Amino acid sequence: MNFSVLQFPASNCDQDAIHAIHLLGHSARLVWHKDASLGDTDAVIVPGGFSYGDYLRCGAIARFSPVMQAVKQFADQGGLVLGVCNGFQVLTEAGLLPGALIRNRDLQFHCEYIHLKTVTTDSAFTSCIPVGTPLRVPIAHGEGCYFADEATLAQLQAGNQILWQYCDAGGKVTDAANPNGSLQNIAGICNERRNVAGLMPHPERACEPLLGSDDGRWIFESIFAALKDRSVAAA
Amino acid sequence: MKAKIIITPKKAVLDPQGKTVQNALAQMGYTGVTGVHIGKYIEIDLAPGTDLAAAHKAIKEAAHRLLSNPVIEDYRLEIE
Repeated sequence: MNFSVLQFPASNCDQDAIHAIHLLGHSARLVWHKDASLGDTDAVIVPGGFSYGDYLRCGAIARFSPVMQAVKQFADQGGLVLGVCNGFQVLTEAGLLPGALIRNRDLQFHCEYIHLKTVTTDSAFTSCIPVGTPLRVPIAHGEGCYFADEATLAQLQAGNQILWQYCDAGGKVTDAANPNGSLQNIAGICNERRNVAGLMPHPERACEPLLGSDDGRWIFESIFAALKDRSVAAA
Repeated sequence: MKAKIIITPKKAVLDPQGKTVQNALAQMGYTGVTGVHIGKYIEIDLAPGTDLAAAHKAIKEAAHRLLSNPVIEDYRLEIE
């Protein structure tokens, strides 16, 4: 499977995403933000970093890069798109995901391991995650507090669009386990159509035991499985 | 000619910066402060002779698309 990993000025987790995908046995290549076309792509990763220095708002400028038109078209046609950290911010700014990411409630940058509860395995990004197992994944962000108004939160609930919540090591969703103040401990969501997802934690940094955790690989395995199902269906 | 845009966080949005500054003011001895909200101020320089109505329309659009995030922010704009 071919993954396109976008590269904006000051993206810095693009190489990590490529490495993780290669490690897990698939191909990935960088797509520069000025490219108007994604080329032959099965899925898109919008990586972490500080695109455009986080100037104005995180992801606010990156969302207007030429490549994002291609990503929007790809998503409109049902293509799978995963935004990680700054990528999640870019996707909310672009309107491909609802809500917004704001400054962490304690105003501090958090660089630490957290645990994720997978709220639903009914998605291309969570189908292979072992049920009941909290995922141990690192975060590194200053603006990761998920916010959406009451109506949007209700829609996310009703649409089963909350994919991951911050939880403790035992899988309990508590305020103490919430590193940034995200409403309802929301760490990641998908759109209504379930083909675009975003999360603040970094699964691409948790794909090999050497780096401290390989729980992140389940998210990629879910995407591989979804892509495999699609290519079988199309045949 | 200048466009002046003031961007403020929506009331429903958590504003820990505002809260922190409010606490700091209280610590410094200022009384009667019931709230602090921190936003942004943007100035856009426009070429002299720019049509005021057209500029207003264009900058309003820019404020909605780029300069502010309508999910979490309100803005007001004046051009002089």
